[in-house]
Amino acid sequence: MTRAQVLDLYFMDARCKLIEIAAYLDRLDRATGEADFRAQAFRDALRHLASDGAGRAAEVLRSLSDPTDQPVDKAPGKGAVGAWPG
Amino acid sequence: MRYIEPHGHMVSRTTDDYLDMVTAGCAAVCEPAFWAGFDRGTASGFRDYFAQLTEHEPKRAARYGLPHFCWLCINPKESEDVGLARDVIATIPEFLSRPTVLGIGEIGLNKNSKNELRVLEMHVDLAARHDQLILVHTPHLEDKLKGTRLILDVLRADSRIKPGRVLIDHVEEHTVRAVLDRGHWAGMTLYPISKCTPARAVDILDVNGTERLWMNSACDWGESVPLAVPRTALEMRRRGWSASAIDRVVYQNPVRFLSQCPNFRLPADA
Ligand SMILES: [Zn+2]
Repeated sequence: MTRAQVLDLYFMDARCKLIEIAAYLDRLDRATGEADFRAQAFRDALRHLASDGAGRAAEVLRSLSDPTDQPVDKAPGKGAVGAWPG
Repeated sequence: MRYIEPHGHMVSRTTDDYLDMVTAGCAAVCEPAFWAGFDRGTASGFRDYFAQLTEHEPKRAARYGLPHFCWLCINPKESEDVGLARDVIATIPEFLSRPTVLGIGEIGLNKNSKNELRVLEMHVDLAARHDQLILVHTPHLEDKLKGTRLILDVLRADSRIKPGRVLIDHVEEHTVRAVLDRGHWAGMTLYPISKCTPARAVDILDVNGTERLWMNSACDWGESVPLAVPRTALEMRRRGWSASAIDRVVYQNPVRFLSQCPNFRLPADA
């Protein structure tokens, strides 16, 4: 696809999501309560958006991932939350 | 358009979904054994589920002219109880000779625990002993990268396993390359929030090519879209893919992988 074709297909959708993220960060700032590892992980992942070159999606996914390599002793429940608590 | 739904948990769906899928061009649906949303307490509960997958659900799909196949296992979400898993795995061989069984799946990991790994190894051994295809579930979200690496190591450690007879599902941008580089097939799951969106799935095809890749809806009892595969085919068309290139991804690729199992047969005019 040409750049113009990508923009025609995806610019408005990406613009919408960008504003949603900005509004989410504002909402989080207005809220009260304890700091949370998910909020920090999100801010860390945002840095990859500004990087040059390909592979931003993979970098964001990696930065939200458990970086360890050994199995855990016991499954702590069943669910996942989207960011690694550390 | 014709397509295969290689991963749909149809016992959780309505007959309306069957009707919509067939209307959209679905030529076959494959149903991996899954977690019911609650833990089944006994091996006999699983035996009933395997009977549902191999007897009842193919009949329900047949009412819409849709061939239905299945995969058998105890899901990674229920693998923390190794004793129960051992009992369930012992019941699977009696179902393997049923005419619509494709292999062992979806096995894998959920929270990357030691017990889950043990049960994964037991399933891989079962598949090797009975010469079955394998369908692997990779963990969700933050657990996927680590879980995919652990799964790849388990598969490589068993010399009886041929990589081309294993499909590793739910890949995303950060895991697809490792799966393909080991010689396995890779599945992209199209979900509204987690896993891949249609646009990202087509990106992954643009970057990695179409060899040994398929797409599925993994529709189940949670937020999921039974028509996600044909909708992604529409996305491909919007991006200029030819009808024959789309057909290769949504129909010919699944047929190629699944045809390694002699039970996977489609009506001649599909
Ligand atoms: Zn599934």
